Amino acid sequence: MASDNKHYVQFVKVQKSYDGEILVVKELNLDIERGEFLTMLGPSGSGKTTCLMMLAGFETATHGEIVLDGEPINNVPPHKRNIGMVFQNYALFPHMTVAENLAFPLEVRNMGKPEIEKRVSDVLNLVQLGEFGNRRPAQLSGGQQQRVAVARSLVFEPKLILMDEPLGALDKQLREQMQYEIKHIHDNLGVTSVYVTHDQSEALTMSNRIAVFNDGVIQQLASPEALYEEPDNAFVAQFIGENNTLVGDIKEASNGVCKVEVNGIVIDALPVNIGAVGGKSTLSLRPERVTVAPEPGSCPNIVDANVEELIYLGDHIRTRISVLGHDDFIVKVPNSSSHAQLKPGHPVKVGWHARDCRALDAPAAA
Amino acid sequence: MAQAATAIEQDVMVTVDGTPLKVSLARSLRRNKLKALLLVLPLFLFILVTFFIPIVDMLFRSVENQIVGTVLHRTVPLLAQWDERSGELPDETLFAALAEDFKEATAAKTSGRVGRRLNYEKPGFSGLFRKTGRKVKTIEPPYREAFIKIDKKWGDLDIWRLIKRESAAFTIAYYVSAMDLSYGDSNEIIRKDENNRIYLKLFWRTLWMSLFITFMCLVLAYPISYLLSTLSVATSNLLLILVLLPFWTSLLVRTSAWIALLQQEGIINDLLVWVGVVANDDRLQMIHNRTGTIVAMIHILLPFMVLPLYSVMKTIPPSYLRAARSLGANQFTAFVRVYMPNTVSGIGAGCILVFILAIGYYITPALVGGQSGTLISNFIAHHMSISLNWGLAAALGSILLAVVLVLYFVYDKIVGIDNMKLG
Ligand SMILES: Nc1ncnc2c1ncn2[C@@H]1O[C@H](COP(=O)(O)OP(=O)(O)OP(=O)(O)O)[C@@H](O)[C@H]1O
Ligand SMILES: [Mg+2]
Repeated sequence: MASDNKHYVQFVKVQKSYDGEILVVKELNLDIERGEFLTMLGPSGSGKTTCLMMLAGFETATHGEIVLDGEPINNVPPHKRNIGMVFQNYALFPHMTVAENLAFPLEVRNMGKPEIEKRVSDVLNLVQLGEFGNRRPAQLSGGQQQRVAVARSLVFEPKLILMDEPLGALDKQLREQMQYEIKHIHDNLGVTSVYVTHDQSEALTMSNRIAVFNDGVIQQLASPEALYEEPDNAFVAQFIGENNTLVGDIKEASNGVCKVEVNGIVIDALPVNIGAVGGKSTLSLRPERVTVAPEPGSCPNIVDANVEELIYLGDHIRTRISVLGHDDFIVKVPNSSSHAQLKPGHPVKVGWHARDCRALDAPAAA
Repeated sequence: MAQAATAIEQDVMVTVDGTPLKVSLARSLRRNKLKALLLVLPLFLFILVTFFIPIVDMLFRSVENQIVGTVLHRTVPLLAQWDERSGELPDETLFAALAEDFKEATAAKTSGRVGRRLNYEKPGFSGLFRKTGRKVKTIEPPYREAFIKIDKKWGDLDIWRLIKRESAAFTIAYYVSAMDLSYGDSNEIIRKDENNRIYLKLFWRTLWMSLFITFMCLVLAYPISYLLSTLSVATSNLLLILVLLPFWTSLLVRTSAWIALLQQEGIINDLLVWVGVVANDDRLQMIHNRTGTIVAMIHILLPFMVLPLYSVMKTIPPSYLRAARSLGANQFTAFVRVYMPNTVSGIGAGCILVFILAIGYYITPALVGGQSGTLISNFIAHHMSISLNWGLAAALGSILLAVVLVLYFVYDKIVGIDNMKLG
């Protein structure tokens, strides 16, 4: 079966259960493109590592098929899959030097000595650790160990690289630098990468596409922009970026616009993912899309609100207001002269466009 | 003067109250050191009294030889002037001194001890000294003839050579016999003849049996420890208790259990006869020989191998093996090239522990070893409690200690002691 680039890696109806009672991964369908950087993002326990382990061959899928480059790999043992992996604790072999660690995958492939030496020095230069070949992993800093781990997963030119929270052990600043470096290596080599994290900013900065996991199901698979601008459901809207939610009853839904009654007031919204008229819907609204004190008539939704709290953040002011019975509604007000009128306890009018207010699925029954 | 003072002030950092910083630092560190010292003091004293001093005492006893020179204090100086190569007996003055010494020693009841001491070198001395002690009260000049009349051994040149040799305050005689050597006619050191050599054979046997037992313990313990380290905590604790069970039953009970199992009328032989592998009148001899010692000692020492291995293996993250597999190594290669090198410290610790325990093991070989399965420590015990030749026991013990230290040194050179991990 010849593979096409769009379906380089395929999960076909994959399910996984560890104990025969709970499905940790529930019917996963996922196609990964050749050369893409795909991130699995989701809260703890959502099944990301499990998926990665099934791909690497350390866990077997309870049901379904996993295909790599046109070949089903369910029954291929891990060492024959040719998949590089970066572990969270790096898993560098402490009894070998950096160079020996890097040579290991080449030696087990019976590669000739000169070739091994060349590849090792090339990859060491790639991760800017040229002089560190003779050190033991324990003699390197966290970031350097991280780079060796990445280099080791690359050196044997695998079909695919898997990274399971590789930056989890690093401090914030180093993490940001490493994000950049890993992304840079990916852009240079074009190797297909699957990256697992539960840090959304990491996912947004690094990925071509992000698969948002929750509870063993992919909630949405899309580019970072699409995930932020056009979330498909309430979970994604809430999980990615800052978000305001208003819960109401669907009154009317026609093509292109719907009316949802929140706390007695009808709001115009963009129907994205709603049920029948009369059901509940979650309205999602990004804080920067809300206008404070809009010109009357400038937008379809203008409601009364009350200022609760102001947090001064330099270029903008984070304002918490109570509106339509929700008192955790956040608005980002640009730092201009207009903010003078905002005082905690004072009433204010806020407005937004119907296209910025996405009507999504009903909130999970609480 | 004033200028010098300011110069010093500029060089030396001082604390707020003017004491130089270094002095103040040393003072505060000294207090900590004293505290630490107080904490280790009880254990230090305990080890000093119960371990270090006995070892020094043992080393001392293996060369100590005061008794001849003290008891025969008139004879010995005269003996020093006697030329043993002249082929003549010592002269009358020396025999007179000997008579004096003997009278004094008999009164003080010390002559028997000299006899016993010299008896180690040549059987017969004990009897000679006892006999002479009994008759010396009525001895009359000329003494030489009188002594020879009491026992004609006093006219034997060899006897006198031996007394002269062993009259110094320190002797290497114990080491000489511990190494299966002996003194020739003119006090040169020669090898004993084939039939009388025992100790070297025993040392060699002790060494190879200990090495074999250590090796077998390692072979048996490695898979078990690996299994333990991969199981969940609850299961591995349960299994660990089973492994440690031997610790909780008395050594004697365990050893008797092995006798019940392995003896010719024992369970294993019964079973083999029943199955038909061995004939009833040709039952296997598995106890009171080398096999018995090896089997029982492996059983007893196994936990000492499992524990260090387990504690090292537990700290090896499973991701190492996974990483190796994902890099293209099959299960075997991953295990040999990645897992095993990380357990070297445990292997070293376990082997050293088991080997050192095995090389000095005493009870088990005594109970189940028979003729071919006894070790050097059984002979040391024999010389301490039966033949009462403490000097020889001490010499054998010191040689054993030296062997262990040499092996330890070799191990340090090859593997490195600081690589060892005991828990
Ligand atoms: N070996 C296992 N045996 C049984 N259950 C497991 C095993 N590994 C994971 N699970 C369960 O499967 C679910 C998903 O786990 P998984 O490790 O895939 O989550 P994750 O998304 O990687 O989370 P995290 O972000 O915390 O790493 C969890 O509920 C977890 O308890
Ligand atoms: Mg995980």
